Amino acid sequence: MEVARFWRTTEQRYRLVGEVCPRCHTKIFPPRDVCPACEAEAKTLYQFSGKGEVYSFTTIHSAPRGFEKYAPYMVALVRLEEGPLVTAQLTDVDESEVYIGMPVEMVTRVLREDDKRGMIVYGYKFRPVRQAEAERQLA
Amino acid sequence: MEVMKPVRPVGIVGYGAYVPRYRLIVEEVSQVWTGGNVVPPVREKAVPGLDEDVATMSIEAARNAVARAQRVCPGFSPQQLRAVWVGSESHPYAVKPTGTIVAEALGTSPYIQAGDWQFACKAGTEALQAAIGFVGSGMADYALAIGMDAAQGRPGDALEYTAGAGGAAFILGPLDFALVEIEGSISYVTDTPDFWRRQYEKFPEHAGRFTGEPAYFHHISSAATALMEAMKLTPADFTYAVFHQPNVKFPLKVGEELGFRREQLKPALLVNEIGNTYAGSALIGLTAVLDVAQPGERILLTSFGSGAGSDAFCLQVRAPAPHDGVWTTRQYVQRRRPINYAQYSRLKGNYKLN
Ligand SMILES: [Zn+2]
Repeated sequence: MEVARFWRTTEQRYRLVGEVCPRCHTKIFPPRDVCPACEAEAKTLYQFSGKGEVYSFTTIHSAPRGFEKYAPYMVALVRLEEGPLVTAQLTDVDESEVYIGMPVEMVTRVLREDDKRGMIVYGYKFRPVRQAEAERQLA
Repeated sequence: MEVMKPVRPVGIVGYGAYVPRYRLIVEEVSQVWTGGNVVPPVREKAVPGLDEDVATMSIEAARNAVARAQRVCPGFSPQQLRAVWVGSESHPYAVKPTGTIVAEALGTSPYIQAGDWQFACKAGTEALQAAIGFVGSGMADYALAIGMDAAQGRPGDALEYTAGAGGAAFILGPLDFALVEIEGSISYVTDTPDFWRRQYEKFPEHAGRFTGEPAYFHHISSAATALMEAMKLTPADFTYAVFHQPNVKFPLKVGEELGFRREQLKPALLVNEIGNTYAGSALIGLTAVLDVAQPGERILLTSFGSGAGSDAFCLQVRAPAPHDGVWTTRQYVQRRRPINYAQYSRLKGNYKLN
């Protein structure tokens, strides 16, 4: 059942909790209990900072089921500052503003709603840090 | 009436605001529905993105509050919170507390209270009162109280001109490291039918002119006057006064009637730029004041919630707020992406797709 699957993954979806390898200290996201670098067992939880940069991105115009109401939206591969590459939506940004290498930070947003009666699924997205910094200086 | 004061001194150890980035210039509402005949009561209002609701907005405000608490309170962690209380008129679920979602996103321990609060626009200060009592009784060392709304107004209705989005989060704790001391509070409640929303209805109803004198002005004045009398204080003892801000006119009028000067009222006034943020309205005004307030300065905070009631608080600043790496309220207000009425209607879900 869908509901159970979401429940088990809330930590990683809501706040980027992954794992760290006890042997070679590789940071792992999403968590998979085995280090991708040295294959040691890795179950120690690790809180990622949420900072990273856009590695590549694309705009989704015809969205899969459940995401129609959000189209068009941008999906990016984000290189987290701790190393892993994560696929996530970009938010609070216009298409013309996004570029490869753009610094981004994690926010928790609505990923989708099943329908008016179903559950609301929350999870991480990324938004530009520069925008935040620019506006900080403006203030 | 006697002032309410906790047994153990309580203060605000961290706070944070949130405002979504989209803005509707409210003149557009008037153009669409009255041919421009209505003079808008505010200039613009904040509108949530398609992927935002009271839970996501509360999460960001709460993360800002945690960040400030960690800068003033050595070793503070969300694991020390014993309550995550969200007050709102627009909880995402009718049944399933918003607090559960916010707590999980912050990484609190599961040993918490997390019920939602509702009392129209004073749901946030109701949560604040409860958090003061929870910490002040010694039952908890830290409690998080949030007032946040993504307000709904029926297209063309008077409410659509002002219904905005945003709010603020506060971490209450023992006084030792607090930025602000809670000196005392008084609440005032009557059964007044000025504004309501029935179960299963999307938009609220209001009693037109009735929302002014017998509702807003009567309850705010009663609570604020009782608190100042009980504490033997006058408007001259306060540097700032913060009132619920449903429009520009009301908070200025009630403030001046109580004897406050414009300079005491202005720093908290955000409604012209972000609209009425309902349960977040008085509280986000308070964050704008805390961003600039100096030690020793006193703040009067008075909310108003339809139905109706007001919570009045007397606060005294103990330390300037830290802002390194945390957005100020002004920065959220200035982060601004204007949209037109058609884009706004899409964000509000007012188009039928199938
Ligand atoms: Zn390894």
